[in-house]
Amino acid sequence: MKKLKYALFTGCTAKQSTPEQMMSTLAVARKLDIELIELTEASCCGASHLQDYDDFLSLVLNARNIAYAEKHGLTMVTICNTCQLNTAMTKHRLDKNAELKAKVNEKLAEVGLEYKGTSNVIHFLYAIIDDFGLDKIKEMVVRPLSQFNIAPFYGCHNIRPSELHDESHKNKENPYNPTSLDDLIIACGGKNVDYEEKNKCCGFHVELQAPHTAAVLTGNAIAGATDNNADMMVTPCPLCHLKLDTQTKHASEAIGRDVSLPVLHMQQMVGLALGCTPAELGLKHHVTEVNFI
Amino acid sequence: MSTNTITTQKVNFKVFRFNADEDYLPYYENYTMDITSEEVVLDVLNRIKWDHDGSFSYRRSCRHGICGACAIKVNGRSTLACKESMTTMIEYFGNDITLEPLSTKRAIKDMIIDKADFWEKHAAVTPYLVADIDECPSCENLVSPHDAEELNEADLCIQCGACHYACPVVEINSDFFGPAAFAAAYRFESDIRDNDTGRLTNVNEEKQGVWDCVKCFECAEVCPKDINPIEKITKLHQMAFKKGVAKNNVATRHAVGFLHSIKKHGLLDEGGLVLYSEGPSIVKHIPVALQMFKKGKIVMPWNMPKSDNLDEIQKLIKSSSTVKF
Repeated sequence: MKKLKYALFTGCTAKQSTPEQMMSTLAVARKLDIELIELTEASCCGASHLQDYDDFLSLVLNARNIAYAEKHGLTMVTICNTCQLNTAMTKHRLDKNAELKAKVNEKLAEVGLEYKGTSNVIHFLYAIIDDFGLDKIKEMVVRPLSQFNIAPFYGCHNIRPSELHDESHKNKENPYNPTSLDDLIIACGGKNVDYEEKNKCCGFHVELQAPHTAAVLTGNAIAGATDNNADMMVTPCPLCHLKLDTQTKHASEAIGRDVSLPVLHMQQMVGLALGCTPAELGLKHHVTEVNFI
Repeated sequence: MSTNTITTQKVNFKVFRFNADEDYLPYYENYTMDITSEEVVLDVLNRIKWDHDGSFSYRRSCRHGICGACAIKVNGRSTLACKESMTTMIEYFGNDITLEPLSTKRAIKDMIIDKADFWEKHAAVTPYLVADIDECPSCENLVSPHDAEELNEADLCIQCGACHYACPVVEINSDFFGPAAFAAAYRFESDIRDNDTGRLTNVNEEKQGVWDCVKCFECAEVCPKDINPIEKITKLHQMAFKKGVAKNNVATRHAVGFLHSIKKHGLLDEGGLVLYSEGPSIVKHIPVALQMFKKGKIVMPWNMPKSDNLDEIQKLIKSSSTVKF
């Protein structure tokens, strides 16, 4: 197989509150011999909040990010569900609307850039599953996670809106019964846990303005995983990770029950199965300790 | 296509049963049926009533996706029963299908729920045109096609409640208007004939308004009319800024804070955003922040990473900004 190569859009948390996510992404890429060219010029995607304020500006900034991936002639991979949503949504809107694309390009021309629409935007989870292949991962597993019940937490913006997911990625994902992360858990040797909240919202986006709502959603998710005998959770989204990992106290208070589970980034789970060291995967950066290693 | 052949397969149905007048608790009844590829979910409801149990109750009327009466949940997914084909449901969920009312806690009898909260929220957003219209007009009050497009098909809503009872916030925050009410608010707010002055402010209030939306896209996913309520919610946010009714509070500062951060760093300054949004209330975040700091999850202001070619980003913000706050 030809060596896989992507333009990496890290997003903001990988550089700040989830350093372990950046570390584990690079560690897994090394193991799988995937080349990642970091888009160091990229800006924040606006996280759906800049979009509430200034729609046009957020389109211009996201188009600029994609333009840099296009310059490399590479597919862009994201490692955050919300980056994926906002970047893929920008691509969707510009590719469907020539007038809007022209308006955005008029602005990008001021800094010598152009959005062409030539680069796809996919989440790293699907790069691993669809492009690299689950079977190959399975063959490469040196430390199967066979003692563990692992609860997948998909994160909204990778699976909804489903049209956007299906347009961006090779294979469809059923938003009501998603399977990609379950399949990856199984490929890593783990036992996938089925529970009601696996495709539900973690509440991250209203943590400041509606802390109670946010905390209940986080609490429900961890409780759902716990009640189905999960030893840990795994998520492809650093924002979900922040909620599930750092907000257990508020979540427990909100639902009136103590909940806490170790939560791995999808990359950390794959890394563990492939034999990466805890240090390479940044496991010490978790607030809820990863106590099973 | 005339070449389509009708196929049949066995499906196991687990059906929610409850009669608020007689039952202490709800229970589930099981039925196994041969389902053809031509049937919709409503056909199944009819067959349960007609072939199995005449007391089985559900709302139905038009059978054409217009009256909005027959929405229920299929394996937890809000579904307009007369519109959704069983083939799609089997594709989604396999041959074990659970039928429940849109909201089990609001159940009155089987699939029938008390939708009072839905209608209260709907009524609260001034869901009608407010305009000084000549009662004896000499000609029609025309709206140009361009202006009509501004509605973004929000007027197609049939008030089935699918999105409302799929919304996780509705379940937690009883003040929250919910996606259907917001779509209704947008439908009239975007109508050039409308000159109501309170609606936009009303749907931007904390607790009840658009700022409590968690951005999960459940509403967009379930809507049988493809109205995309979250798109309307986003537009209501934007309108509040454009029309100057956005209040200065934690929610609006959270949105505007992204702009300040991107202008300064290209990337988001997470700590800076929380400080900008919360102001002095930031103290409540200190315990979690300390835990995060100990684990190397907080970057100090002097170490904030910056995007390369930041000058480009700043130039684009200057030339492409369309809103002021």
